Amino acid sequence: MQPVNETRPRPGCSGPKGLLRVEAVSVHFGGIVALDAVSFSVESGQIAGLIGPNGAGKTTLFNCLSRLYEASEGSIEFDGHSLRETPRHGIAALGIGRTFQNLALFHTMTVFDNILVGRHCRTRSGFLASALSMPSVRREEDAARTRARELVSFLQLDSVADRPVAALPFGTQKRVELGRALAADPKLLLLDEPASGLNHEEVGALGALIREIRDRLALTILLVEHHMSLVMSVSDRVVALNFGRKIAEGTPAEVQRLPEVIQAYLGSAH
Amino acid sequence: MNQRTLTVVAVLLLLACALPFLVSNYRTFQFTLVLVYAIALLGLNILTGYNGQISLGHGAFYAIGAYTAAILMDRFGVPYWATLPVAGAVCLAVGFLFGLPALRLEGLYLALATFALGVSMPQLLKYHHFEKWTGGVQGIVITKPDPPFGLPLNPDQWLYYFTLAVMVLMFVLAWNLLRGRVGRAMVAIRDHHIAAEAMGINTAMVKSLTFGVSAFYTGVAGALGAIAIQFVAPDSFNIFLSIVFLVGIAIGGLASIPGAIYGALFIQFVPNIADEISKAAPWAVFGIFMIGFVYVMPLGVNGAIRMLLARLGRKAQNNRSTAGVTRPTINSPEEV
Ligand SMILES: Nc1ncnc2c1ncn2[C@@H]1O[C@H](COP(=O)(O)OP(=O)(O)OP(=O)(O)O)[C@@H](O)[C@H]1O
Ligand SMILES: [Mg+2]
Repeated sequence: MQPVNETRPRPGCSGPKGLLRVEAVSVHFGGIVALDAVSFSVESGQIAGLIGPNGAGKTTLFNCLSRLYEASEGSIEFDGHSLRETPRHGIAALGIGRTFQNLALFHTMTVFDNILVGRHCRTRSGFLASALSMPSVRREEDAARTRARELVSFLQLDSVADRPVAALPFGTQKRVELGRALAADPKLLLLDEPASGLNHEEVGALGALIREIRDRLALTILLVEHHMSLVMSVSDRVVALNFGRKIAEGTPAEVQRLPEVIQAYLGSAH
Repeated sequence: MNQRTLTVVAVLLLLACALPFLVSNYRTFQFTLVLVYAIALLGLNILTGYNGQISLGHGAFYAIGAYTAAILMDRFGVPYWATLPVAGAVCLAVGFLFGLPALRLEGLYLALATFALGVSMPQLLKYHHFEKWTGGVQGIVITKPDPPFGLPLNPDQWLYYFTLAVMVLMFVLAWNLLRGRVGRAMVAIRDHHIAAEAMGINTAMVKSLTFGVSAFYTGVAGALGAIAIQFVAPDSFNIFLSIVFLVGIAIGGLASIPGAIYGALFIQFVPNIADEISKAAPWAVFGIFMIGFVYVMPLGVNGAIRMLLARLGRKAQNNRSTAGVTRPTINSPEEV
């Protein structure tokens, strides 16, 4: 399989073996096997789709990548780092950004401040320097604000930038989450059902946006989505899960045709 | 800070400077306590309002600050102004260390742990092995500092200006801290600690340091309070003080800097007013005041003032909406 953006220079990536390597990862919750020895890898510059019926383990996999869940077995390597050795709050600085399936915004903060928090891992100012408002702090803050403003206009959030996020419509909040994730300059962006709650037109625009983000910001995307036409149209590769197991992997055209995948979707509520 | 806010702050500061010449010495002393409480409440508000960690025991840090100042002045002859950084540093350390294990506690359980701290403090201060320094139940009497450089002020006036200067400094530092990267991290943790961690915020470190900073503020306030009252004794720092601080930040306005001043005015003067209204049941009257405030201003005095300003602003220029004051609601599908 040819990665689409093989020729694009990717500083700091671990070479042709893949930016992200998930190897035999298993997660158990009591008796439930949420992930069962799942392995796959994502090349840098790719948009990889992760599909599967409800409860297949897609979000669980994301949570392993964010270290919110601990894998009982297996290893995850990202950009030459083993995630097992990285603390939860160190993941963003490694270059993994994410959005959440059920929104996890800082609800009392404005859109702009939410995006600024996304910049946290790329800034340094501590308690003392901040309290004393050192020149370095002011420089850093100015730079962070400039970056946040760029993202606000890129995501067309200008008109709501100074509003508290809680009062905004669901679709707008999803875009804020995207902006917050992008503010950290991630190498890998994890999107958990970005199309949920969007109408038909918005889904179309989202597909274009996802591709634009990949191309303009030169990053790699792992996309969890139930919206089949969206995943299949934007993904370079697709991984399918069912009951915690990987049941298929390949190009969208290949995966769509596989009987296991069709069976998994027919057998579920979808 | 925009031009208008700056003007308002400047005018208020001028008024604050004129105050000792407009009112009696006793009133000046009372206003000194308002400034002291404002620092303490700002400390608690940083912890509870901004970072979402509830403390029912901040009176303990106030006590530690007060005793540090009193012991240093009384037993070691340290000048009063030099006791403030020491009191602050001691409380910073104690607060940080208390904050570390408290990381495991959420909400109500943290409240219980801090309550335990607050409720045991008077007894610790009476502990007979510490009596050599603390003076046991008797406490410590300290002398009121005279104005330096032959300034034409009486001691009450001087202490008022000294406290005002410290307060302004502490408020500026807090404002710097809260408006930037660290302040946003504190609020992010309060709003959604998992997302905060996913954004790269070391929540454990930020929460412990916030506890330390909060205790630092309350400790400096305690030291100033001891100097102003010229006396410390274990029972002035009972659990009631901690509760009153919590009342102060709720009335003044959670997660707001000026709210600390409104709250301080409330906890200093409303008990006096209540006492004048009813000698028999002053605390019942206090309670009625409290409920009345919360009912009329559910977002605290600060919230009410901002709402009022926003409404005036909207009247002034009808086309531009001033947001940010309404209580956030979840996903109301209005506008845009
Ligand atoms: N924290 C948890 N505790 C217990 N069980 C969990 C937990 N998180 C996930 N699970 C279980 O693990 C399985 C996989 O859930 P997961 O959320 O990963 O599915 P998903 O593929 O994201 O589904 P959906 O498409 O509905 O979002 C489910 O059976 C779920 O109930
Ligand atoms: Mg999910």
